[in-house]
Amino acid sequence: MGALFTKDTQAIFWNNNASAIQRMLDYDYVINRVKPSVAAIVAPTSGNKFEKFFYGPDEIMVPVFRNTTDAAAAFPNADVLLNFASFRTAYDVTMEALSLKGQFKTIMVTAEGIPERMARKMNQAARDAGVIVIGPATVGGIAPGAFKIANVGGTIENIINSKLHRAGSCGLVTRSGGLFNELSNIISLNADGIAEGVAIGGDRFVGSVFIDNLLRMESNPEVKYMVLLGEVGGTEEYKVIDAVKSGKITKPIIAWCIGTIAKHFSTGVQFGHAGASANADAETAAAKNEAMAAAGIYVPASFNDLPHTIAEVYGKLRAAGIISEIAEPELRTIPKVRRKKEFICTISDDRGDEATYAGYPISSVATPETGFGIGDVISLLWFKKRYPKWATDYIETVIKTVADHGPAVSGAHNAKVTARAGKDVISSLVTGLLTIGPRFGGAIDDAAKYFKYANDRGMSPAEFIDYMKKEGKTISGIGHRIKSVRNPDLRVSGLKKYAAEHFPSTPLLDFALEVEKLTTSKKDNLILNVDGTIGILMVDMWRALGYSEEEIDGFIEAGTLNAFFFFVTIVFN
Amino acid sequence: MAQRAIREYDGKAIFSKHWEKYFSGFHYGFKSVLVTNGDELRAKAQEHGFEWLKQEPLVAKPDMLFGKRGKNDLVLFRVNKPGDVTLEDAAKWIDEKISHETTLLSGQHGILTHFIVEPFTPHSQDQEYYISATTVGEDDVLYLSAEGGMEVEEGWEEKVNEVHIPITMDDANIAHLIRANVPAGIPAENKERFITFAEQFYKFYRDLNFAYLEINPIVMIGNDMHILDLVARLDDTAGFMMGEAWCDAEFPTAFGMEDQSPEEKAIAEADSKSGASLKLTILNPMGRIWTMVAGGGASVVYADTIADLSGNVSDLANYGEYSGGPTTGETKFYADTVLDLMTRHKDPKGRDKILIIGGAIANFTDVAKTFTGIIQSFETYADRMKEHNTRIYVRRGGPNYEKGLKDIKEAADRLGLYIEVYGPETHVTDIVRMALEK
Repeated sequence: MGALFTKDTQAIFWNNNASAIQRMLDYDYVINRVKPSVAAIVAPTSGNKFEKFFYGPDEIMVPVFRNTTDAAAAFPNADVLLNFASFRTAYDVTMEALSLKGQFKTIMVTAEGIPERMARKMNQAARDAGVIVIGPATVGGIAPGAFKIANVGGTIENIINSKLHRAGSCGLVTRSGGLFNELSNIISLNADGIAEGVAIGGDRFVGSVFIDNLLRMESNPEVKYMVLLGEVGGTEEYKVIDAVKSGKITKPIIAWCIGTIAKHFSTGVQFGHAGASANADAETAAAKNEAMAAAGIYVPASFNDLPHTIAEVYGKLRAAGIISEIAEPELRTIPKVRRKKEFICTISDDRGDEATYAGYPISSVATPETGFGIGDVISLLWFKKRYPKWATDYIETVIKTVADHGPAVSGAHNAKVTARAGKDVISSLVTGLLTIGPRFGGAIDDAAKYFKYANDRGMSPAEFIDYMKKEGKTISGIGHRIKSVRNPDLRVSGLKKYAAEHFPSTPLLDFALEVEKLTTSKKDNLILNVDGTIGILMVDMWRALGYSEEEIDGFIEAGTLNAFFFFVTIVFN
Repeated sequence: MAQRAIREYDGKAIFSKHWEKYFSGFHYGFKSVLVTNGDELRAKAQEHGFEWLKQEPLVAKPDMLFGKRGKNDLVLFRVNKPGDVTLEDAAKWIDEKISHETTLLSGQHGILTHFIVEPFTPHSQDQEYYISATTVGEDDVLYLSAEGGMEVEEGWEEKVNEVHIPITMDDANIAHLIRANVPAGIPAENKERFITFAEQFYKFYRDLNFAYLEINPIVMIGNDMHILDLVARLDDTAGFMMGEAWCDAEFPTAFGMEDQSPEEKAIAEADSKSGASLKLTILNPMGRIWTMVAGGGASVVYADTIADLSGNVSDLANYGEYSGGPTTGETKFYADTVLDLMTRHKDPKGRDKILIIGGAIANFTDVAKTFTGIIQSFETYADRMKEHNTRIYVRRGGPNYEKGLKDIKEAADRLGLYIEVYGPETHVTDIVRMALEK
């Protein structure tokens, strides 16, 4: 046990609750966290891959996933799930998270009114898995100076006023979320703030209860004393009393149960939360306050006297040297006015002295003596990093290879027709470019896409051919009008030779050549053509460069391969 | 609220709807009607399917959530001898009961309005059993007894077997556990039947999200089951999943509780239509101290503190809260309701009225925005508030609180209202002390 959260703790935030996430990131910035506390967002219906948030004056992108499993796979170190799903789905979200064994240490559930039976199952499953559940029906918790859940503490101004920006010496546990904030404030006014605090939640069945949190705080050396704010109803406070009596808890506890009013009204009035209703005398606030006082817990005369009791206990601990002065840390401030950037360029940048390509000043890549070629520039601008020489050479080879597909292809044809109609060069070029798509040039994309699809799923060459047949699609990248096995396309031979000599490995090309063996056995001219070879080798290149399969799929979907064709068409036609 | 009581009639209707799924092999007739007066009962008897009302001897009793109806002499099962109650007897008896107030042994009193009427079931004491289920701590507990009726209540410790069922236990183990705990007093010829019924009863209780379900007594005559008396509470948070499975059961107010006032009903209705939370309970309409508190926890500590410091809980007029970021319009409506109620009656002792606009430090509610609604309400009620010598005490923190406090102070000053305004530097409930000391 020990501290609940550290300065490295990262969370996955289930539901794109933009204002709560922004408050977490503002907090992170102010307290000088290195990594943002929200690693990823899960939003099942979102079509976005990222959401933009402010981080201090700047903006950052937080990745968005459709489900917790994918988010967890991408961020194995994010061990907190902030479950902001509604009462209808919060149970399923928690159960999915618990099924990812070893991922989450803490799950916070905010929904109020989850069916009791589901809440009980979810809480028990978490206990069995050794996962701490905070909630349901809670605002969450905070480890000041390290990690803050969602809206806890309210605004940044209040956080600093209530000394929630750095660790104090009190461990705070409440049921109510609204009063959690208030108690933090009281403790900052009358002592030195809190070291860790949790609002356990207002529903009848909550995951972690008072005793779970207090025992953890007992073992956390940063916590010197605890404040417990209980409520009428339930018997959880008696577990705390037992722990104090048996010596499991030795640190001083200050406690108060709210709801003493209830004794004046025999039935019918529900004071406070769903969990707050006394079914027996022992569950009344007065009985619990009395029993806690009898066990040696500091219990004020009324809630209005609570500040004095806190000041008194804090004073004693200071005088005894158990608590010392806390040095106030340097904080960063958030600009009052921030404007969202509607368009972000993460590639080139002209804000500095000299414009850059992915961080490289243009002068350092432009002239021959820099050693940068066209392939390097393309890798910087399109893929945002410099590729090794074998890869940039491949890119240049591709460019040279597709520079002209002959005079009869649709692009060239259109361009010529337009030029003959008396239009200028730009217009002629554009009409040619506009023909690039699924039929002209698109074979590169489709070849990469379908061969990779088959290879990713472990299809055999024969299965792949069957699959395409069933889909009613011709196999892009296979077949040539004139060239055949006996009359090989020398451009293809050149590319293959280059790849064999310089690529670390070519698994997709190897697969494609197996497919070619089958297709050419049917018809001589069903060879792997130049478009197919380019697309497939591009995938092999990206794989060798360490991109994930998802990233490569992204490049293909975005039409990157067609872009080569496009680029070349502009430059050379 | 989570666990809410339903009428005996609705509980039986739910049994009947799911009987074949859970209790196939047993028979249950579901001969019950729910009526509010004698004519309604007479009309029911003319409907197809309810001929038994005219043909069989009947039992009538109030169906209004309270128990111990026998001890309160509110079960009609005899005129001259047990089992001789006719339709006309029952209708007349009901009309007599609704004509005056009834006081129970517990002291609860009010007018009876709902009655359940069923056939009289002749049986012997030894055919009565007891079964119930609820949640205790984290476990479900099934209570089983070979004795039913009043007998079981008078010897609970010795007569009832408790079966504790953990929430994650599977059906096979549950069956095993129930079998191992079947009461010894069940006669051998009924034992298997009882075990099967108990298992299925538990599953029914569990799957239909009951929070409490008791049949006392249940009468077993062969495979015929007679649910003579039933008490049930549902976990209403599961309502969204249960749909028609709950047979549109209503959640009536407890007997003797006055019906909600129109103002309380209006706030409850606004609450049900809002993502925010709006709650209002009138404790004493003549009370001197009125509260408009933000947040569930804060509303409790204000009520606690007022009761503690005023020394007289009847000074506290209302209990309630608004929270979860209500709109300006919602806050205005809430404030209008409270201010209207506050300015209806002069304090009998001629004292000032006190209005506590309290709240903890909000997590995300915009204080200035909610205060705008309260200020708009001040503008409507300023004259009436002055007539009642109203003193206003405000304490609040949270997003935009400086503006909220400044706005409300300016508005009150402009309208000539007495006001004191405090922020997070003042202890949350200290305005109660200030208000009472002045």
